[in-house]
Amino acid sequence: MVGIITYGAYIPRYRIKTEEIARVWGGANGAEIAAGLGVKEKSVPDLDEDTITMSVEAARYALARRDIPRDAIGGAIYVGSESHPYAVKPSSATVGEAIGATPVMTAADFEFACKAGTAGIQTCMGMVKSGMIQYGCAIGADTAQGAPGDALEYTASAGGAAIFIGEDNPIAEINHTCSFTTDTPDFWRREGQTYPSHGGRFSGDPAYFKHVQGAARLMLEQMGTEPSDYDYAIFHQQCKVPPRKVSGMLGFTKEQIGPPGLAVPTLGNTYSGAVPVGISATLDVAKPGERIFVTSYGSGAGSDAFDITVTDAIESDVFNRSAAPTVKELLADGKYLDYALYAKHKGKIVMQ
Amino acid sequence: MSVPRYWRKQQNRYNLKGNKCETCGRYFFPPRAICPECRRDGKIVDYEFSGNGTVRTFSVIRTASDDYDIQTPYAIAIIELEEGTCMTAQVICDPDEIAIGMPVKSVFRKIISEGDSGVIVYGTKFVPA
Repeated sequence: MVGIITYGAYIPRYRIKTEEIARVWGGANGAEIAAGLGVKEKSVPDLDEDTITMSVEAARYALARRDIPRDAIGGAIYVGSESHPYAVKPSSATVGEAIGATPVMTAADFEFACKAGTAGIQTCMGMVKSGMIQYGCAIGADTAQGAPGDALEYTASAGGAAIFIGEDNPIAEINHTCSFTTDTPDFWRREGQTYPSHGGRFSGDPAYFKHVQGAARLMLEQMGTEPSDYDYAIFHQQCKVPPRKVSGMLGFTKEQIGPPGLAVPTLGNTYSGAVPVGISATLDVAKPGERIFVTSYGSGAGSDAFDITVTDAIESDVFNRSAAPTVKELLADGKYLDYALYAKHKGKIVMQ
Repeated sequence: MSVPRYWRKQQNRYNLKGNKCETCGRYFFPPRAICPECRRDGKIVDYEFSGNGTVRTFSVIRTASDDYDIQTPYAIAIIELEEGTCMTAQVICDPDEIAIGMPVKSVFRKIISEGDSGVIVYGTKFVPA
């Protein structure tokens, strides 16, 4: 059955605390803002990191865990992001070159707000199942943007994960996937604009909650399952509140959404990377036979749901889970920046 | 750097692709066409370096050209790769942290962006191992 062959996550080393951002923009109630969002700190890219470099590192970590023949790696590489470094020139081709997968491969960059990574997983699944490719690599990564002083800035972070899809002895089988999509303008960024705009509270009920519930309920209905059938549940996580709330509406428990799957409190929102990083963090600890429920969300708006079962291969000789750092390890040992250095790292200062 | 010049060395910069002489066992980065020791007896084959090495010596750059200015202060080091050959590269760490003999490993990073509309050059840098 089609499934996940290997995976790898990457998170930059720098961090900024929510209270430090609040000190600049939020007045004296930094601790309240951090507690309200459930986000203590977020990752910040280094001066020389972007979506391409993070995607390469994540893909290399995935390949360190499992040896895939170089000429078969890149049947397809799709990089989903809102922050591709080029407007025109594929991130995926650079990733392919840097992991030695070129030239016999197809590649493209995806964009669907925060769910472009899971759209890549679905595309790879289709190509693997149809026999077009042996392996496909889907990456979700972002150096997430949020305007200075905007609510997004408290959580917009950096990171991503690479998920390799194939049929040959997967570490986790993808039992089913389904999607729920409508035209809902809750969050967008126009061509040439540096920062995204959003509809504030409009991004709640008619957007996130409607689409995540739509895809999740469709999955439960099509698979004939109950929330209690799953060991882990991963939802798109802008901050701690929406995934907690939607999981409650659907009947999942706090234990199911984790951690490990809920990485947002110390990572922030990695946009396209959020759910792929959540999948990675879950696969870091999951045991054979455990079942994972996944629902991503991308503004604009849509959700992709996945039903995944971990196989014995995750603990077998073909897969070396400890050959690359876990999400927990990547989140440890952060180097903290003040707002001024953070602004420099994020290119928020206009230089002459 | 012109786009073709950057592109020609891309494989070397991305994946530390050099070569080695199978006759004497010496490794070369950047790759050499002929082994300087074995000359016509040398057999040159492609080789991808592991990316593990140590800092042989370093310098901290505090005043850089425009393209690199945003990153100052940063450390440039001569890295002795575990295969025995040396190369020059940036080491990403606090400039006070770098030391001769420090073990390092390779990472994929952005080298420079040519202004707001030029090409973005990627390649290999090192971090403390």
